[in-house]
Amino acid sequence: MLQYILRRLFTLIITLVGIMVVTFFISLVVPLDPLASIAGPQAPQETVERLRTLYGFDQPIYVQFGRYMQRLLHADLGTSFQTGRPVLDDIIQYFPATIELATMALIVSIIIGIPLGILSAVYRNSAVDHFSRVLSLIGVSMPVFWLGLVLLLIFYFKLGWFPEPGRLDIMLIEPERITGMLLVDSVIALDFEVFWDALKHIVLPAAVLGLYGLAGIARIVRSSMLDVLSQEYIKTARIKGLNEFLVLTRHALRNALVPAVTVIGLTYGGLLEGSVLTETIFSWPGLGRYLATAFLTLDLNAVVGGTMLVALMFSLVNLVVDLIYAFLNPQITLTAS
Amino acid sequence: MNVTHAIDKNEARRRRWEARRRYLKDSYILWRRNRLMVVGTCIIVFLLLVAAFAPLLATHDSYEQILPDRLLAPSTKHYFGTDGLGRDIYSRVVYGSRVTLTIACLVAAISTPLGLVIGVFAGYVGGAIDEILMRLSDVFLAFPKLILAIAFAAALGPGVENAIVAISVANWPSYARLARAETLGVRNNDYIQVIRSMGASNLRIMVGHITPMCLSSIIVRLSLDMGTIILTAAGLGFLGLGAQPPTPEWGLMVSDGRQFLVDQWWVSTLPGIAILIVVMGFNLMGDGIRDILDPHQRQS
Repeated sequence: MLQYILRRLFTLIITLVGIMVVTFFISLVVPLDPLASIAGPQAPQETVERLRTLYGFDQPIYVQFGRYMQRLLHADLGTSFQTGRPVLDDIIQYFPATIELATMALIVSIIIGIPLGILSAVYRNSAVDHFSRVLSLIGVSMPVFWLGLVLLLIFYFKLGWFPEPGRLDIMLIEPERITGMLLVDSVIALDFEVFWDALKHIVLPAAVLGLYGLAGIARIVRSSMLDVLSQEYIKTARIKGLNEFLVLTRHALRNALVPAVTVIGLTYGGLLEGSVLTETIFSWPGLGRYLATAFLTLDLNAVVGGTMLVALMFSLVNLVVDLIYAFLNPQITLTAS
Repeated sequence: MNVTHAIDKNEARRRRWEARRRYLKDSYILWRRNRLMVVGTCIIVFLLLVAAFAPLLATHDSYEQILPDRLLAPSTKHYFGTDGLGRDIYSRVVYGSRVTLTIACLVAAISTPLGLVIGVFAGYVGGAIDEILMRLSDVFLAFPKLILAIAFAAALGPGVENAIVAISVANWPSYARLARAETLGVRNNDYIQVIRSMGASNLRIMVGHITPMCLSSIIVRLSLDMGTIILTAAGLGFLGLGAQPPTPEWGLMVSDGRQFLVDQWWVSTLPGIAILIVVMGFNLMGDGIRDILDPHQRQS
């Protein structure tokens, strides 16, 4: 097991270096002169040249790359052209909101997805099964940005059940920043008015993101449940007279959930990427919206830093999922080594 | 000893033909049996027809702006209403099918051959080259696809062509991994050894004898990916990083309609429904193709 973890950590490091190279490459292929956008269209040539020297764009590529790697190793992601602040500070500010949203979405999709998957496996080809299949199909086929708009139209503009886009009512004061996640911070500060308002604000975006995750989870739980239910030991459990509920929960579900762990982990990574579109629609001040703005304005340092962070998160989530999977299913470790 | 062939050439050809016909017939039966796939196929055929006959189906010029007619509600004159610049939304959705199909087909045409070549080469050659190519694909797989596509689209500059390149860049690694896995599976088979002992070159073995073995799983994977490719393209358009105005691209149209969402719901929602239906069609068809090409299903 330890050997497996070390091997995975080693590949993670290689991947990380690769991620840095790819993000550097992204900043190289930009055909527009980023300096022109910083200096403004009317800037005299000499100002642009001075900026070029200042940012080191006049150096040969390998020197630029060396400097870039050196900066990264010191956790220096450069300054955002947009906000004028270090990219790292921006990320630290915006990231908790994204984590909060993605976690809520994941909770939604697990709470609905797992029971739905179990029910559609137990009552195969019943109405529940068909419903779950249609819901999964819609979940993977729905453009998230469109669903977000439709939900906003119905539940905010028409029915008024949920508050305007954003994280918190403008009249409310944010609690002291501890984790950066409003739901957590407000509980710590015992400010339940803020908690309730933040909860109302997160429902719609979490539902939009959650539907996407739900589809994958329900499908995998259904198919692995069907696999497990046809096993001999389930028959044995039934024959010895165990009640059906116990057979399902204690014998079947435990094994069926092992493959689900992988999908749930991958879903979490998928939610991080879905947040770019969802946050744009719900004016959610998270990393996704920050990235979307950075991409549109060609804020290079922010693009590189943000992309790198997302890739890092994505790889870490995958690693954790693999480790949990290996822990739950010892056969994996044996075949890998 | 005189070697006689068990069957003569004509007989062999006839049997091969027979087997091929039986395969198609089985496929057809499996297709008919899978009702969801029939629905999916119908949606895709419909999309193809709409794209092919767009000039006949469209009731208005998809680019013509008639400002006095802006933001009209759906009616018999404008089936889906008009947008903020007085363009007929129905005609734009019809022409948008061409944009969507072009993007999806070109991404498929770029990323699958690329992945196939890299994967088969890596798997066949093995050793250090294999290791390097696979680490490279690992790096690309470490990015969420949409983020990587967005990053490349932003770096290359907005536009349909760049969106196609960006999505292809994000997509090839999964095909390369798949092709490599398939190649490893067949590389040491007896029939490959026989061909090699008959003097076939490595290139010939890779192109003529290994690549065909990878095709079916690549096709399955591609057909399952088509929906995601279209969603990514629409997402890029929505963010302003894909197709640019005035191109009638569905994602872009949804984004354009955002400012009129409250009072003119049709501007934004109707093009979105087009995306939903087409992606659903591809997903249904992808699931079906996977089942049809799956040998276990065939036996039953």
